[in-house]
Amino acid sequence: MAEQKTVTFIITRQDSPDSAPYQETFHVPYRKNMNVISGLMEIQKNPVTANGQKTSPVHWEMNCLEEVCGACSMVINGTARQSCATLVDELEQPIRLEPMSTFPVVRDLIVDRERMFDALKRIKAWIPIDGTYDLGPGPRMPEKKRQWAYELSKCMTCGVCLEACPNVNDKSDFIGPAFLSLPRLYNAHPTGEMNKGERLDALMEDGGITGCGNSQNCVQVCPKGIPLTTSIAAMNRETSIHAFRNFFGSDHA
Amino acid sequence: MAEHREFMYRRLHSLLGVVPIGIFLIQHLVVNHFAVYGEESFNKAANFMDNLPFKLVLETVIIYLPILFHAILGVYIVFTARNNVNRYGFLRNWLFFVQRITGIITLVFIAWHVWQTRIQIALGAELNFGMMEDILTNPFMFWFYIVGVISTVFHFSNGLWGFLVSWGFAQSPKSQKIITYATLVVFIVVSYIGVRTLITFAYGI
Ligand code: HEM
Ligand code: FES
Repeated sequence: MAEQKTVTFIITRQDSPDSAPYQETFHVPYRKNMNVISGLMEIQKNPVTANGQKTSPVHWEMNCLEEVCGACSMVINGTARQSCATLVDELEQPIRLEPMSTFPVVRDLIVDRERMFDALKRIKAWIPIDGTYDLGPGPRMPEKKRQWAYELSKCMTCGVCLEACPNVNDKSDFIGPAFLSLPRLYNAHPTGEMNKGERLDALMEDGGITGCGNSQNCVQVCPKGIPLTTSIAAMNRETSIHAFRNFFGSDHA
Repeated sequence: MAEHREFMYRRLHSLLGVVPIGIFLIQHLVVNHFAVYGEESFNKAANFMDNLPFKLVLETVIIYLPILFHAILGVYIVFTARNNVNRYGFLRNWLFFVQRITGIITLVFIAWHVWQTRIQIALGAELNFGMMEDILTNPFMFWFYIVGVISTVFHFSNGLWGFLVSWGFAQSPKSQKIITYATLVVFIVVSYIGVRTLITFAYGI
């Protein structure tokens, strides 16, 4: 029988939020078409390092396993991406896995993505429809616009664009690319449009849209192919106009 | 207005880079280019600029204050980035990085250049062709000026691209690509004008 082929993983691990990171190497039996997560599952089944030492299983996050939930983001061979959608066959070995550095580490490859939840709240990333009585049906959206908006709605707050952005870091309070694009989605919605001004105001607050320095990494790395930089430029125009209207305009809402 | 202070400062920073600083840069290099047509032409052009009415007011409002504001906020912006071109080597990420490097080089260059020319003139030196000739016949100074001028022009040209995007003029990927080429042409043409002048001062050709 031919020798069993293996895949080598070098994983940056961390036992707790405050402890120091360290690296461990694992050899995992190769299977055809395996993704990075299936490699992590093998390590979980048999948590033994390359030099035969028993260790704790590596922790990571996942849900959908089909690149729609965004939970499984990590830095794979230097670039941030979804571990469920990254095939081992397409990677150079050894495969290096690290947690995303933009977020605080919880354990191993699991990071705390709370700052993105805060960002969603800040930009009002929802359509307010709740009231004390039935408001009836909202205005209709043209089909063509709906198709366009669908592309923007694919954002799964996976954090990959924040990780790739040179301006999202511990020295700046920049909210991050995804949260400059989402207001465009909600402002395009016929009902969401009713809170348009509030979302633009949120973008103009400190750490908002002017944190973007146009490195345009976000649009290159977005796993969903969202036109982030087009959105950012569009919101740049919207906020420019909003600022002029606020200053020179009349007392509109 | 206090609530959107950072937004206003950053939009102002972006605007000042083009109007008036960018406009001044082009005007400055074009007027200096008179040197290529001979010492006489340069001295005439320089004297015209030197004798503009309200010169100190014009200089302060059009040049000193805007550059000071742009440079101070610019240095802050430079140090709040964590550049990652080694991991994400895309063209625009490189340009983002070089925009910051050239900002710093430009700052050093401008500070030295102002000291060596404008301040010396204020202290009594005479503004003429000979002054620049003296400076630029020194090979070290010649190369220092070459690097300084090209860096400044790059920073301006790529900054023009940033300006058009930051204000939302160019949105679609296609328009952003076209202005990449357009600003590349600006970079080449304006660099040529600046470098050509330096060669005349240094080598008399
Ligand atoms: C002749 C002098 C200068 C000119 C003509 C100039 C021009 C420009 C222009 C047009 C922009 C584009 C603005 C935008 O991105 O919207 C810009 C951006 C920038 N400038 Fe300057 N600049 C000059 C000097 C400096 C100096 C001395 C520094 C400080 C180190 C500096 C730092 C920056 C930075 C960091 C940006 C990027 C801002 C961003 O992307 O958000 N600049 N500059
Ligand atoms: S597990 Fe949901 S995106 Fe990978």
